[in-house]
Amino acid sequence: MLSRAANNLYWMSRHIERAENTARLLDITYRMSLLPYRIQETDQKWAEPWALPLVINGLASTFYARFPGPLSSENVLRFMVLDPTNPSSLYSCIQSARENARTERGAITTEMYEDINACWLEIRNHDFTRLNARGISNFFDWVKMRSHQFRGVTYGTMIRDEGYGFIRLGTFIERADNTARLLDVKYHTLLPSAAEIGGAVDYYQWSALLRSLSAFDAYRKIYRDLITPTKVTELLVLREDVPRSLHACMNDIYEILKGLGHNTSKEAERLAGELHAQLHYGRTEEIIHLGLHEYLMAFLDKLSRVTQQINSEFLVPVYKQNQVLN
Amino acid sequence: MPEPSNIHNEMYGTEGLVRPQYAAYSAWLKDKSLEFIKQKQLEADTLFKRLGITFAVYGDEGGVERSIPFDIVPRIIDHETWQKISDGACQRVRALNAFLKDIYHDQDIIKAGIIPAQQITGNKLFRPEMRGFNVPGDVYVHVAGIDIVKTDTKQFYVLEDNLRTPSGVSYMLENRRMMMRLFPELFARMPVAPIDHYTDRLLDNLRAMAPAGISNPNVVVLTPGSYNSAYFEHAFLALQMGVELVEGQDLLVNNNTVYMRTTRGPKRVDVIYRRLDDDFLDPLAFRPDSILGTPGLLAAYKAGKVTLANAIGTGVADDKSTYIYVPEMIRFYLGEEPILANVPTYRLDQKADLSYVLEHLAELVVKEVQGSGGYGMLVGPASTQQQILDFKDRILANPANYIAQPTLCLSACPTYCESGIAPRHVDLRPYVLCGKQVSVVPGGLTRVALREGSLVVNSSQGGGTKDTWILEQ
Repeated sequence: MLSRAANNLYWMSRHIERAENTARLLDITYRMSLLPYRIQETDQKWAEPWALPLVINGLASTFYARFPGPLSSENVLRFMVLDPTNPSSLYSCIQSARENARTERGAITTEMYEDINACWLEIRNHDFTRLNARGISNFFDWVKMRSHQFRGVTYGTMIRDEGYGFIRLGTFIERADNTARLLDVKYHTLLPSAAEIGGAVDYYQWSALLRSLSAFDAYRKIYRDLITPTKVTELLVLREDVPRSLHACMNDIYEILKGLGHNTSKEAERLAGELHAQLHYGRTEEIIHLGLHEYLMAFLDKLSRVTQQINSEFLVPVYKQNQVLN
Repeated sequence: MPEPSNIHNEMYGTEGLVRPQYAAYSAWLKDKSLEFIKQKQLEADTLFKRLGITFAVYGDEGGVERSIPFDIVPRIIDHETWQKISDGACQRVRALNAFLKDIYHDQDIIKAGIIPAQQITGNKLFRPEMRGFNVPGDVYVHVAGIDIVKTDTKQFYVLEDNLRTPSGVSYMLENRRMMMRLFPELFARMPVAPIDHYTDRLLDNLRAMAPAGISNPNVVVLTPGSYNSAYFEHAFLALQMGVELVEGQDLLVNNNTVYMRTTRGPKRVDVIYRRLDDDFLDPLAFRPDSILGTPGLLAAYKAGKVTLANAIGTGVADDKSTYIYVPEMIRFYLGEEPILANVPTYRLDQKADLSYVLEHLAELVVKEVQGSGGYGMLVGPASTQQQILDFKDRILANPANYIAQPTLCLSACPTYCESGIAPRHVDLRPYVLCGKQVSVVPGGLTRVALREGSLVVNSSQGGGTKDTWILEQ
């Protein structure tokens, strides 16, 4: 298929996945903020729960330029939910995904286009004050459900062709990236109080992290135990049966790239395979020994090399001048 | 403005009698409540919006798309009338093709003194690059949209020929699908000729025009991109034909051969159905600032390695100042009498015509010679004194840029509006396809001026569309 079309499909699903991840994070942050327990180490600005959605998306400086003064939950929500000037707001993600879909409507099914278009038509009519009054959590649920629905429509209607591969690739790349960043930032926030594991504050913080990755029930089922940082690390990094873990994402990314590879280059597949093997054969003790932050930074760096290679191999290829073409 | 009694109503004849082609429809409509019609109209509007069948309006904030208004009352044309329209439209396209071949080769029509040389070689849409170049199959115009209006039972006029990148055919096809979805029972009652094979025939023609020696040609549709007003149509046609929809940046030219960038490396392209104007096709040959085109495309075309449809340089034949010569072309190249008439046209570069037109602006329609889409035109009877005065200044600044025509009393068709069903003015654009043969599918895009009394049917100016039913014998 055309490289540009593949690129649009890949970004369509990345935008949808990003909207879902952001909605999850905002929702859990919002719910947490309603509890009486607060983290004490708030002298670090970025460690403030409401700063998380900004830090993870690399938007902190843009945000503070826009809303100077003390961080308020309402401002973060305004910025992250419906603000069209913020390219990572839920509104912008859905707009971009729908724009990608519209451009490639020939490559996707009518059902998929109708679904994403209806989603866009609906979010356009929302107004922040009204959303807030009705309970912002309802809106986050709506975004999550729309993302599930779009993935379901895609799964249920689309021919298993290359385009389908690039759509799924976008989903898992975005998801892996999000899980790694979220885990890194949350872990930092939590570590200072690691000594008090088992305390109520930590319990809510850890369970919030798990819930924002839909992994809370999985944790309970698998460990039937107290929540500990080591087990959370194992669950979200190495367990391949947890759908948002790094290992699970890399399973899919590697498989998809094996299917998409062609004769001229298999470098993206090789890089993904290397990263996959590291997770597949990795051990929790080694990660803890190396330091989770260092481990996750190295992961993100390698993931970014995979995405760069995907770009140059498939999505934005550059041909050399006077290269002989078949 | 013509008196209402002079308007030709396509459904009702004198004394309110239903014309035969509408008889079955009228019988069906008789026992339908306004509530029912309203409900169906709402259903259609919702479907169009949800399916994203849209066009973008230039000059609107950030290229926002809108659904084109669709009217649920069909326009019905009987078989004999259609035969005349179809024969007339094909005849014009055959003559215009012959004209294009002639002016880019021997220029016999100039030598015969029928058209002044200046009219052709002095026209900025004339492409000297095409002189002496043989296009595959001698076909210049692969797709033409001929705009036709009716003023009474027998009288038709061709308003203009669209020979560059005519649009609207996707609405013709989607309107039919919508009508079949909304009113399946009507299709059981009436012998409506099918039009769905349009894209098959288009693909067939495009493949037949591939460069010599290519056995399984790769056809693509070239679009300016998703912000173009007709992007929906470009995507629609590519999908219906099962071919790739490409932008200029997706193509590259290597050794005079065109390739597209795919996820599996470069793939050769043989035929380009381009919906991009000449000026933007190739920054090396035409506008250097074009980022929509592909460098080297003209060279590949002239090397015979790729076919462009429509050919480069067809604009000189659909220019409104060339339009007046089309009846003469038909006589000159085909030795036939024109089946469809031209609208009498005043040329404002002629002194006598200019002074007449300036005196009578309030009665006339004035158009830019190279304009399209209903932009930059004056409809005298529908304009204010001030608008007329302003337009007068624009004409005087460059008279050769304008032509004028009498305000035709376009026929009217029953159309859904707030108060019920009322007559509104319409035109018709059938799409003529040219491959080894010249043909037209039985139908076309009927555009309707939704505002009461309005004669401007362009979608960019608040017009809507209707499904057009040609009744089989």
